[in-house]
Amino acid sequence: MANNGLRDVAIVGIGATEYYKRGESWPRTTTEMACEAILNACADAGISVKDIDGFAYYSGASAGYGDKMDTADFMECLGIDEVTFTAALTSGGGGAAGSIGLARAAIVAGDATVVVTVMALQQAKQRLGTVFSAAAPNPINSFLQPSGLAGPGHLMSVLARRHMHLYGTTRDAFCEIALTERENAQNRPKARFRGTPLTREDYFNARMIAEPLCLYDFTQENDGAVAVITTSTERARDMRQRPVPVVAAAHGGRREWGRAFAWMGMPDEYFASAGNRPIADRLYKQAGLTPADIDVALLYDHFTPMVLMQLEDYGFCERGEGNDFVLGGNIRYSADPRPGQIPVNTHGGQLSEAYIIGMTHIMEGVEQMRGTAINQVTDAQHALVTGGPASLPVSGLILGRSDS
Amino acid sequence: MVLATALPSEQVHITTDPITEPFWQAAKEGRLAAPKCAACGHFRLPPTPYCPECQSPEVEWVELSGRAEVYSFAVVHGFPGLPDITLVPVVVDLPDAPGARLVSNVIDIEPGDVEIGMQLTVDFHPIADGWQLPVFRKAQ
Repeated sequence: MANNGLRDVAIVGIGATEYYKRGESWPRTTTEMACEAILNACADAGISVKDIDGFAYYSGASAGYGDKMDTADFMECLGIDEVTFTAALTSGGGGAAGSIGLARAAIVAGDATVVVTVMALQQAKQRLGTVFSAAAPNPINSFLQPSGLAGPGHLMSVLARRHMHLYGTTRDAFCEIALTERENAQNRPKARFRGTPLTREDYFNARMIAEPLCLYDFTQENDGAVAVITTSTERARDMRQRPVPVVAAAHGGRREWGRAFAWMGMPDEYFASAGNRPIADRLYKQAGLTPADIDVALLYDHFTPMVLMQLEDYGFCERGEGNDFVLGGNIRYSADPRPGQIPVNTHGGQLSEAYIIGMTHIMEGVEQMRGTAINQVTDAQHALVTGGPASLPVSGLILGRSDS
Repeated sequence: MVLATALPSEQVHITTDPITEPFWQAAKEGRLAAPKCAACGHFRLPPTPYCPECQSPEVEWVELSGRAEVYSFAVVHGFPGLPDITLVPVVVDLPDAPGARLVSNVIDIEPGDVEIGMQLTVDFHPIADGWQLPVFRKAQ
C-alpha cells in the first residue's frame, strides 16, 4: 500500500485577533489576546472552549521572548474544566510548526482529545527587534552580546553574508522575496502593509540595518495572537470545517546547527543554511512525498535570506541555487503554478502580513487545504509549513486536503 | 570616513561561571585563551563543561597567538541608545584553535575594507567591571 502520510490527526479550527504594530495593542494583554484567539478557533471549529483538554505550545510557552503564557491562566480565564496534557517544545520560534506535532503526540498517545496551540505577542515593554541588547548578561550570551549583534536579524545577516560569499547570492534575490510577499499581502484584509506596495527602488533605497540586510529584509514586529485546534481525524469528521489532515510533522535538528546564530560554530554546509534539511528529509519520508508534490510553501520568514535558504533545505532547488531560483520568478503567487514553481507565503508572511512567530503560516496552510485561502492555489493538495530557522528545535509540517 | 568601533566600554557587561571564567581572566591580562580538551585535543568556544567529541570534562587552557581570520561579518548601523555608531561584528576562525570560533568586532577599520578571509590580530577593549573584551584589528 502506498504511503499516504500520517493523517491520524487533523487541524479543525483556526482563530486570531486583529494584528497590531508592536506595542499598539496595549491596553490589551497577552492573556486577553490569547483567549480571544482560542475562542475564535473554537468558534471556527464549532466546539465549546470547554472541549479543550490539551495545550501544546512551542517557544517554552513564552509569549514572544519577554512574556509568558500559562495553561492555568487560560483555564481560569476561559472556564476550561480539566486538562490532560500541557507541554511545550523548547527554545523559540523554531518549533512553531512542530507544535502541531506535539499536539498530535498527545492525541495519538491518548493523553488528550482536543488540543490547542497558541501564540500571543504584546511588545509594549520590549521590542523583539533588539531583544538581545536588552537581555541581562549571562555566561553564554557574554560571548555574543558585546559584539553589538542586537537582535535576531543582526545575527542572521552574518549567515546571509556567508551564503553570498559561497554561492554568489545577491541582494536582488532578497529583494525579490520581500517584493513577492508584499504583493501577496495587498489583498489581505488584516495585513498591516495592505495598500502599501513595495518597489525595487524602495528596497534599494532603504536604511541598511545590518549589512547585507536592509529594513525590508527584516520582518515586522507585531502584537496579536493566533490559535490552532488539533484533534483526531475521527473526531474531526463531526466538526464544522473540512478537516485538514496532518500528513507529516517533525521537529528537532542536528548539532551542526545547534544554537545556530547564537553560537556561530556551524560547519560551512550548515552555516549558510536554514538548518532545516534534516526536518525536510523526515517530513518527505513520513509523507511519502517529494518537493515536487508540495503545492504551496509557507516558509518562516523572519528575514528574507532565511526564506532563500529554506528553499534549498526543502529541496525546491539545489544548495547554492536559491538566488537563481528566486530571481527566476519561481516563488511568486500563481493560482495555477507551472511545474517547478512553488508559491511562497501566499498570505504575505511575517514580512508583510503579521509576525506572530510562525502561527500565521499554519493558518494559511489550513486555509489553502480547505480551499478558502484569499490567494488560493487551485486544488492544492499539500502545504508545507515551517518553523524557525532558529536555535533547535527547527520544525516543519505537511498539511493535506481531505476528501470531504 | 567612518571607522568601526566597539561598543562603549561602560555599556558592555559580561558575566562568568566557573567554566567560562578562565577565558575572561586571560583577557583581563591581555591574553587570548581557548579551552582544549585534555583528553582528545579538540578546541571549543564558548567554553562548555564537556568535550563534545569525547565527553571528557578535562580542559587545558591554551594561550593563542591572537591571529584570526574573518569567517563572516555584518556592518551594523546604530545600536539602542547609540544611533550613529558603526559596528563590524565578526565571526572569526582561530588558526591555532581549529574548530573554535569567536564572535567579536573588527575595530578601527572602514567597514568597506572588511572582507571574508581577511587576517586579523587580537586587541583588548576595556569593558565594565574591570574586564577586557577581545576585539580584532586588521593584521599588518
